Amino acid sequence: MADAVPVVMTVNGQSRKAQVEARKTLADFLREDCGLTGTHLGCEHGVCGACTVLVDGDAVRACLLFAVQAEGAAVTTIEGLTPGDGTLSPVQEAFREAHGLQCGFCTPGFVVSVTAFLRDHPNPTDDEIREGLSGNLCRCTGYQGIVNAVRLAAGENLTPASTIV
Amino acid sequence: MKPAPFEYHAPERVADAAVLLNQFGDEAKVLAGGQSLVPIMALRLARFEHVVDLNRVDELRGIERTNGTVRIGAMTRQADIERDPTVADAVPLLAKATPFIGHFQIRNRGTIGGSLAHADPAAEYPAVAVALDAEFEVTNPGGTRAVPADEFFVSTFMTALDTDDVLSAVRFPVWNGRRGFAVEEVARRFGDFALTGAVCGVELGDDDKVARSAIGMFGMGSTPLRATEAEAAMAGISVTGLDLEEVGRAAAAQTDPPDDIHASAAYRRSVGAVVVARALRRAIEEARNG
Ligand SMILES: Cc1cc2nc3c(=O)[nH]c(=O)nc-3n(C[C@H](O)[C@H](O)[C@H](O)COP(=O)(O)OP(=O)(O)OC[C@H]3O[C@@H](n4cnc5c(N)ncnc54)[C@H](O)[C@@H]3O)c2cc1C
Ligand code: FES
Ligand code: FES
Repeated sequence: MADAVPVVMTVNGQSRKAQVEARKTLADFLREDCGLTGTHLGCEHGVCGACTVLVDGDAVRACLLFAVQAEGAAVTTIEGLTPGDGTLSPVQEAFREAHGLQCGFCTPGFVVSVTAFLRDHPNPTDDEIREGLSGNLCRCTGYQGIVNAVRLAAGENLTPASTIV
Repeated sequence: MKPAPFEYHAPERVADAAVLLNQFGDEAKVLAGGQSLVPIMALRLARFEHVVDLNRVDELRGIERTNGTVRIGAMTRQADIERDPTVADAVPLLAKATPFIGHFQIRNRGTIGGSLAHADPAAEYPAVAVALDAEFEVTNPGGTRAVPADEFFVSTFMTALDTDDVLSAVRFPVWNGRRGFAVEEVARRFGDFALTGAVCGVELGDDDKVARSAIGMFGMGSTPLRATEAEAAMAGISVTGLDLEEVGRAAAAQTDPPDDIHASAAYRRSVGAVVVARALRRAIEEARNG
């Protein structure tokens, strides 16, 4: 085994210190060393977006970043976006309301991406919403519920899924 | 953990990175945004004993405009280029090409230096660099040299960079006057690498004659291509008299595109002609309307 490297970062506001192998991705670090299994791993090579987390506020693929590279960074995972009192964040609430999930495997990645997307585009057009969602794959929903969830979270009226083309 | 084990280095100066690369030779690999390299490592298509991470090298980041040139540090993120007012004003073609790269999460990490050094023939930035005659600054322990874009791209995933070379910056010439730029591409899904695409620039004289043009094509060969003959055929011609479909066909006729599971060579040549014509049409419109 290659030598472990020390790393210190802030995860969901809490300081984390660990010795990790350099080849360990941030996603594996979050899941295995921090026990934060909300960050899912689908493809592990950058295509599906299930592993999306915020690093210093930017939505990034946690499977394409080594944990050592996050030295000194502030990382926010899906767990960190959820209010501590058992309620849901506005984006999560919108996903539930608009049927933006079925099996839920892709959902943490979508919720993290959409949270960053709406911060940067508070009044998105439908084209912007679809472009903003293009980096996350879902095998269940057919996406219409997810598009609706983003509209809802952005304060738009909910369009019945059947009327969206 | 999917990638093979490696020793991690995070230098803070370009010179130190170059020394590490020189010391470890082909056992070392530069890591920039990781959006192409880490998948390659995760799939074990390649393994390296040493990874030299450039993300702590602050001097490799930044966008600077000086006398007719915009210099962009290799570690400048695609997302920063996308929203930079200097780039939008001085190198609009680069700004317009950026949203076509993957998705916003990819652009938050991916760098211009990584896109160019990776040299995917279907990538947008290499085509922009070739179309605009960009110049590459390459640093190794012996110093820094300039490499013109048409010498930088050698073949698929192959560049003029040696094992101890760091691509430190790229310089784009600024076009003034009545100019217009456009990007057109065809991809299977939005954000995918293009099957074929074109990046075009046109500068018009007051008489609406073509004073300068640039046609870059991607996905059409083992490197990004410049349609020099088609450009020459447009020189000095009034835009109202131009047959853009013909220019597009002439540009595509010069190419020998790949035949693969995504598209046949004949399809690429036929669609390649159309994207060149469309991009030129939009570039000319922009130049005429200011
Ligand atoms: C889902 C997905 C979709 C994508 N879609 C597109 C797309 O549509 N169009 C597109 O163009 N790209 C696309 N990409 C690739 C993306 O743009 C990459 O960011 C880019 O190709 C590589 O840049 P990087 O900074 O991530 O470099 P890395 O992945 O870190 O490095 C890539 C290569 O360049 C070398 N390198 C990097 N920087 C330097 C340097 N300064 N000096 C010397 N060598 C260097 C590395 O050693 C490595 O060989 C996509 C990626 C993903 C994951
Ligand atoms: S697991 Fe990271 S993008 Fe698929
Ligand atoms: S809800 Fe099952 S993959 Fe998206």
